[in-house]
Amino acid sequence: MAVETRPKRPIRWHIGVFLAPAVLVYTAIMILPLFGTLQLSLFRNIDQSQVFVGLGNFRTLFGDPNWSVNFWNALRNNVWFFIIHMLVQNPIGILLAALLSSPRLRFTAFYRTAIFVPTILSFVIVGFAWKLILSPIWGVAPHLMDFVGLKSFFTPWLGKEQYALTALSLISVWQFVGIPMMLIYAALLSIPDEVIEAAECDGVTGMAQFWKIKLPLILPSIGIISILTFVGNFNAFDLIYTAQGALAGPNYSTDILGTFLYRAFFGFQLQVGDPNMGAAIATIMFLIILAGVCVYLFLVQTRLRRYQF
Amino acid sequence: MSLATRSLPRTIGAHAILLTYTAIALFPVILVIMNSFKSRAGIFGAPLTPPTPKTFDLIGYTTVFGQGDFIHYFQDSLVVTVASLFFVLLFGAMAGFALSEYRFRGNTMMGLYLALGIMIPIRLGTVAILQLMVASGLVNTLTALILVYTAQGLPLAIFILSEFMKQVSDDLKNAGRIDGLSEYTIFFRLVLPLVRPSMATVAVFTMIPIWNDLWFPLILAPSEETKTVTLGAQLFLGQFVTNWNAILAALSLAILPVLILYVIFSRQLIRGITSGAVK
Repeated sequence: MAVETRPKRPIRWHIGVFLAPAVLVYTAIMILPLFGTLQLSLFRNIDQSQVFVGLGNFRTLFGDPNWSVNFWNALRNNVWFFIIHMLVQNPIGILLAALLSSPRLRFTAFYRTAIFVPTILSFVIVGFAWKLILSPIWGVAPHLMDFVGLKSFFTPWLGKEQYALTALSLISVWQFVGIPMMLIYAALLSIPDEVIEAAECDGVTGMAQFWKIKLPLILPSIGIISILTFVGNFNAFDLIYTAQGALAGPNYSTDILGTFLYRAFFGFQLQVGDPNMGAAIATIMFLIILAGVCVYLFLVQTRLRRYQF
Repeated sequence: MSLATRSLPRTIGAHAILLTYTAIALFPVILVIMNSFKSRAGIFGAPLTPPTPKTFDLIGYTTVFGQGDFIHYFQDSLVVTVASLFFVLLFGAMAGFALSEYRFRGNTMMGLYLALGIMIPIRLGTVAILQLMVASGLVNTLTALILVYTAQGLPLAIFILSEFMKQVSDDLKNAGRIDGLSEYTIFFRLVLPLVRPSMATVAVFTMIPIWNDLWFPLILAPSEETKTVTLGAQLFLGQFVTNWNAILAALSLAILPVLILYVIFSRQLIRGITSGAVK
């Protein structure tokens, strides 16, 4: 066969044309503002003009009691928010995926579709619907708890400082459990049949099969859902804002970095908005997320790759 | 064959757990929709029963349609979502094609650069995005939202689409080249139709976060003319805290379109996730 020889390597303009729109929009709206924000965090507005203050804003954020109390509180809450997701959402997701992937189980399509429904709903709906359900005025929650004899345990969870954050984390878990479920389910389905058959020949079945054969094979996916959860949690805002407002009540007990950023940037009741402090908080969030992603990429990914097919 | 592992108690156990969780997942949604069709007395008297002829009432819906400008918010959301989706798919497919089809210097770097946005949320650049939009006079326009959502959706779209485009047969494209088709024709006429299924997957992934987003409408376009449905519902719910009929009706109205779309596209979405495209 004669291969037609094209004129050798003129500038291939079409590559540029194909790449240009995406690269331009992405760079202009995403990358540059991201660096713009990092840069803004080094300046402060003094007498109507931007003055370079180095790490001054961060010093204020960490040290000035007006800011640091709220900042550390938001960071602590955010860590707790993440821990609940890791301890509740991901194990439940893995359990559901393991059940769904059992061979010849019927109605799996129905279960999959139904369990994923909360994930597609907006935070506004989720936040408000749960606020209504947990509201002592409506009484749905105490009523339901009465069925199982736990009525005495009911308190207005969203209104109490010691419970509100955990309650909201669990609501968020309820909403997002579909994502780990789906990703783990996909990973389980992609395990080759031969591996499972070989295990069965060796008499490894049931629970032992899951722990010894399947779990090591889906570790990469567990790594992915962990990092997705991490990024999602340290960037969360909407649910807290819709359920508790920008003040993240009661008494800031549900304040996380996202709501703290919003208040710092736009201001609220007693405080005027400060874009530079907002940028400083966004920078901290950026660094936290970047650190998480790096840990994932360098540590988890290289170690787990061995198991991939 | 795994006949040995299947026993009846195990299957029943699996169904029991899955059914329980399905109930937990659907209960709040059903509860809200059910009660939105009841009178106030019905809502509080018997919240867990479906509407009966005695408690059936549409007062909530009449309030919502009388007070809120929901049709208008819907239009805004629709415009923003459809336009962003169009640009994400078009630009994403073009860039994905360039990355997967051509070997050129910096190909890998470009791929990594574009993939950065999968992990780093665009929200962190909000402060500077707002300044940019103020400077270009785009605050309180739908254009601002469309631009932001296009940038937000592109990284994942490029990543997934370039994976799929690698699978399109080289022979086909080379046959096209021999027949004298330009690279553009090859892309639009040969490759795009072949990756249509994966475009649908990307569309669903891109659409849900855009439709549901509250942050950017709140910050970039909070004016009455540009309110999206999510923001409109949020403000409406804030105003009517004590009017339970109206709240439940508004919530149902916000749930239903998403739910209908989901039922239509769920197979696409689930196939997309389980095909391993998102690794």
